[in-house]
Amino acid sequence: MREADLVVIGGGPAGLCAAISAAESGARVLVIERNKVLGGQLVKQTHMFFGSEKQYASDRGIDIAGMLLNKLGCFNNVEILTETTVVGMYEDGVISVLHKEDVYYKIKPKAVVVSTGAFEKALAFPNNDLPGIYGAGAVQTLMNVHGVKPGDKVLMVGAGNIGLIVSYQLIQAGVEVAAILDAAPRIGGYLVHASKIRRMGVPILTSHTVKEAIGKDFVEKAIVSQVDEKFRPIAGTEKEFDVDVICISVGLTPLNELLSMRGCQMKYVPQLSGFVPIRDENYETTVEYVFAAGDATGVEEASAAMVEGYLAGLCAASKIGCTPDDFDERKSDYVKQLNDLRSGPVSRHILSGIEQIVI
Amino acid sequence: MRIEKHPILEFRRNKKISFTFNGEKIEGYEGETIAAALHAAGVKVLGKSLFMHRPRGFYCAIGNCSSCLMKVNGVANVKTCVTDLEEGMVVETQEGKGEII
Repeated sequence: MREADLVVIGGGPAGLCAAISAAESGARVLVIERNKVLGGQLVKQTHMFFGSEKQYASDRGIDIAGMLLNKLGCFNNVEILTETTVVGMYEDGVISVLHKEDVYYKIKPKAVVVSTGAFEKALAFPNNDLPGIYGAGAVQTLMNVHGVKPGDKVLMVGAGNIGLIVSYQLIQAGVEVAAILDAAPRIGGYLVHASKIRRMGVPILTSHTVKEAIGKDFVEKAIVSQVDEKFRPIAGTEKEFDVDVICISVGLTPLNELLSMRGCQMKYVPQLSGFVPIRDENYETTVEYVFAAGDATGVEEASAAMVEGYLAGLCAASKIGCTPDDFDERKSDYVKQLNDLRSGPVSRHILSGIEQIVI
Repeated sequence: MRIEKHPILEFRRNKKISFTFNGEKIEGYEGETIAAALHAAGVKVLGKSLFMHRPRGFYCAIGNCSSCLMKVNGVANVKTCVTDLEEGMVVETQEGKGEII
């Protein structure tokens, strides 16, 4: 059994920031990441971020990952395990890990920050399992990390920020975007993105959904139709698109398995996109010494995930006896940053979700 | 299917390596995943589903959805979206659960 002070599960934006603030507080930190590289989904975000300077606004996600890693590299009390997956979290506080699928061992940390992130939702329609139908994140990985096109012509489903941004990135990569659909009557993402795409000649069809994908071994066509106010398809409004890719950008759902397994009290909160842990203002769950941060506590966006990570890391370190002198100032600064990030009208639903889980 | 020119990104491709897909020789680059290399070569069908034997491609690219499982060097259920390509790899489409050795 390996002993550890603070284990951070997941090396994405929330986890890296949790590790930084805990290390700054003087805690010995062990970051566990299942991927080969750290940075989580930041490594494929070519767009510039919002928020304020403290959350790296106007920097690109791909560069932010590097900045966080450089910061983390300055500490000698941080250890990083990549290609290592946490496979279990148990009642006695033990966590079990698997390194490269062949080395299995146990760790008993004093506290844990779970920052496992989220993963993409699918959409139900006939033939939605055909190759050529991908999540928007997968399309981003393929294009922006590996430099490979997902196909020649894409139908984007979802006009939220991800759908709009990935459509733009597809065009940058030289792929044609036939149209962007959204079942909602309004565009969900920022209008500045939407107008940019529209100016490039891509139609955005609101109150539309995919009725069916057509193809034998992979997507060859998509049939879309208009929907009424109850999201029911309206007969006779079908249109056909000759596309070889359908990109699904209908949101993410928190990766919560470890928190559930550990016995944290969970709640289904639609505004936070799934089952999330009940927590206090320090991001500690109902299981003492188990903290959570980032999309695992409710799907939002990377800027908020980073600040949540800083806050959870600070509080988790303090819980195990590493309280910095300026704890109160730092904590209130992080809280202020989160409040600022969530002050816009778009964040109203996030706030109403958070209200339901904070005790 | 590879992107040659991009306004923001520069793709520094590493050493070219070769592998086989269902016996056919294909080239990819060191440092990319098996699924990315296959995609670049135009291969979209990576396996067949468990019960209905319907074609499966990759979906999430973060090792979470199990849609990209393939047989690699004789080992079934390899997540090809997060497994790096290596020289001489033997990659095969997988039927259903795959054979467990």
